[in-house]
Amino acid sequence: MTSATSSKPRLAVFKFASCDGCQLSLLDCEDELLTVAGLVDIAMFPEASSDMQPGPWDIVLVEGSITTAHDAERIQAVRRQAGTVVTIGACATAGGIQSLRNWGHHEEFLRCVYARPEYISSLATSTAIAEHIPVDYELRGCPVNRQQLLDVILTLVAGRKPRLPVHSVCMDCKRRGTVCIEVARGIPCLGPITQTGCGAICPSFDRGCYGCFGPAPQANSQSLTDHFLNTGSTPDTLLPLLRNFNGAAKEFREQSDRLERMFPPGPNAFSD
Amino acid sequence: MSSSAAGSNTQPSTAHEAVGHGEGVISETEQARFLPRADLQILIRLLRDDGFTVVGPKLDQSAIVYGEITQVADLPIGWTDQQQPGQYRLVPRNDDRMFGYVVGPHSWKQFLFPPSAIVATAQRTGDSWRMSTPDEPSPRYAFLGVRACELAAIAVQDKVFLGGAYVDPIYQQRRASVLLIAVNCTQAASTCFCTSMKTGPRCKAGFDLALTEIDSGFTLETGSERGRSLALRLPLREAQAAELCDAEQGREEAERQITKQMNTDGLHDLLLGQLRSPHWQTVAERCLSCTNCTMVCPTCFCSTVTEVSDLTGDHVDRERHWDSCFNMDISRVNGVPVRDSVASRYRQWLTHKLATWQDQFGTSGCVGCGRCITWCPPGIDLTQEVWTLQQLARESGHGLSHEEAPEQTVEIGSGEG
Ligand code: SF4
Ligand code: SF4
Ligand code: SF4
Ligand code: SF4
Repeated sequence: MTSATSSKPRLAVFKFASCDGCQLSLLDCEDELLTVAGLVDIAMFPEASSDMQPGPWDIVLVEGSITTAHDAERIQAVRRQAGTVVTIGACATAGGIQSLRNWGHHEEFLRCVYARPEYISSLATSTAIAEHIPVDYELRGCPVNRQQLLDVILTLVAGRKPRLPVHSVCMDCKRRGTVCIEVARGIPCLGPITQTGCGAICPSFDRGCYGCFGPAPQANSQSLTDHFLNTGSTPDTLLPLLRNFNGAAKEFREQSDRLERMFPPGPNAFSD
Repeated sequence: MSSSAAGSNTQPSTAHEAVGHGEGVISETEQARFLPRADLQILIRLLRDDGFTVVGPKLDQSAIVYGEITQVADLPIGWTDQQQPGQYRLVPRNDDRMFGYVVGPHSWKQFLFPPSAIVATAQRTGDSWRMSTPDEPSPRYAFLGVRACELAAIAVQDKVFLGGAYVDPIYQQRRASVLLIAVNCTQAASTCFCTSMKTGPRCKAGFDLALTEIDSGFTLETGSERGRSLALRLPLREAQAAELCDAEQGREEAERQITKQMNTDGLHDLLLGQLRSPHWQTVAERCLSCTNCTMVCPTCFCSTVTEVSDLTGDHVDRERHWDSCFNMDISRVNGVPVRDSVASRYRQWLTHKLATWQDQFGTSGCVGCGRCITWCPPGIDLTQEVWTLQQLARESGHGLSHEEAPEQTVEIGSGEG
């Protein structure tokens, strides 16, 4: 898969704590993948090839979050050898589903899950890559949008600045003619505060957006949470809505924490 | 409103009253025609035979939306809607009216100004580029069920897309061929305020045909040459006095049901004199900057244009998509958004709709359809916000006039973006 031509930008893909789904999105590109492989020198992509070449790399895709002390050091080493760093997916950009541990009891989890917890060396938190190193571009989503991933790679290869729209999921809903399920049916939907990227899939299948592309930069998550509470939603619905793949992202986290403060005795599926 | 004759006078002659001017003049003979309910299918068939794609109301996704209609059975027979700020519910009626609803989440804008379109294409040929614009024939639509406020909205977008030096070819082509069959409202929603904006509820001009539904069928008016020749091909009969009376009562009922109001006296200067009002921040605490209000608005026309290339970079489409002043990206200049707070975006929206639109196009940007109120998830109601701003202006002795208003560059809001 690699090419000896040194004039092509060198691409590396690194994995931290994640399910591999975002990297697989790249492999999923099939037809396009050959074109990409022709435009870049794939120097490091363990998921796809055992041929691993050392840095420096021009474009580095980072999947996954930081959950161990070792990874916290490894990401620094990657950054030192990287030109442009693009984080891909909810794990890398917000901490991922594993960030639910941030609200739990890490030691207890270890005792419950592992026969010999003393062999496990992990951090009590799962954190986004940008909390550890400067990141150039973030690709949201669980998993990332394949097309967006391809676009970013091709744009960087062409020497242009990637265009990553930040509008709300609502705008995509309206562009595709989907009737708002929040307004027409009272289904709580995070679309108004969630960043575009998915094309508003969930509302078109009669379910509320659960924010897998993370908070939009203009997210007024407090107003939306208040609106849901005022229109009959309970913390039992809202807490898991706000606290999932992007639960550790600031705008979602602040509201799930506020809900817990407002309703302290309420059942919480994730804290123990 | 011309229908101030409401009340004691139940003579059918009130229904004959000539209203409007030009294309919309209703003569007695036109008004006195009647299309029996069973024959609406003939109208749909004629239009389809003439090569029109008939678009009208239909049930979909728990709402009454606009989509292709091939037969009467596609219409939302026996259904209506209940609307309030932030809420829409589809509910059954206790009769089998076909047009017994108000306006829904869709508007005709989506057909004349499509949400996404390719406006140009570039193809690399050897060392050069071949540029082209799309040349597929544009669809020929017949809109069935256009309300008075929607006719007004189309007239507003005509000014936007056709009125100035730069004519939008996509809108122009679709607009030139569209046939407008209006249906007068016989009921209104709590969110309607067309009477304040002087756009409805009665269809006065801008249509080819206008129907008013009663239990047994439709009284019919023609508003253009195309409408008149279409009417000649329909199995119309003379309307009876009682039918005309029912139709008039239906239209009056719609007007009676409108309770929402907005005082537009001096609104242009008042709003532009309130650019530094703390009230924008108060609204911003609720506003999600989600863009829904602008997407559903039948007059909002903003779009973004972006170039999308294929993998090889040899083929590039220039795509146009609906956009909104509530989207941070739209005011990005030199990499940063100029309107970086929700307050500044809400202010842009409201002042554009109700004030600067007049400077730009000589008309208000709001026709009073109420969509932005219903489809705003937290139910922000522009008529309420205008009322509050009017109160604040009054309390402060009206504050600054438009001319004295400070520069719009003043920072408002927290800049939370
Ligand atoms: S369904 Fe959700 S994403 Fe779509 S417009 Fe409504 S609130 Fe927004
Ligand atoms: S601003 Fe609101 S009420 Fe006015 S035309 Fe637009 S959607 Fe209708
Ligand atoms: S109100 Fe906003 S979205 Fe609508 S036309 Fe004006 S600037 Fe554009
Ligand atoms: S006014 Fe309502 S619909 Fe418009 S952006 Fe704000 S929250 Fe969304």
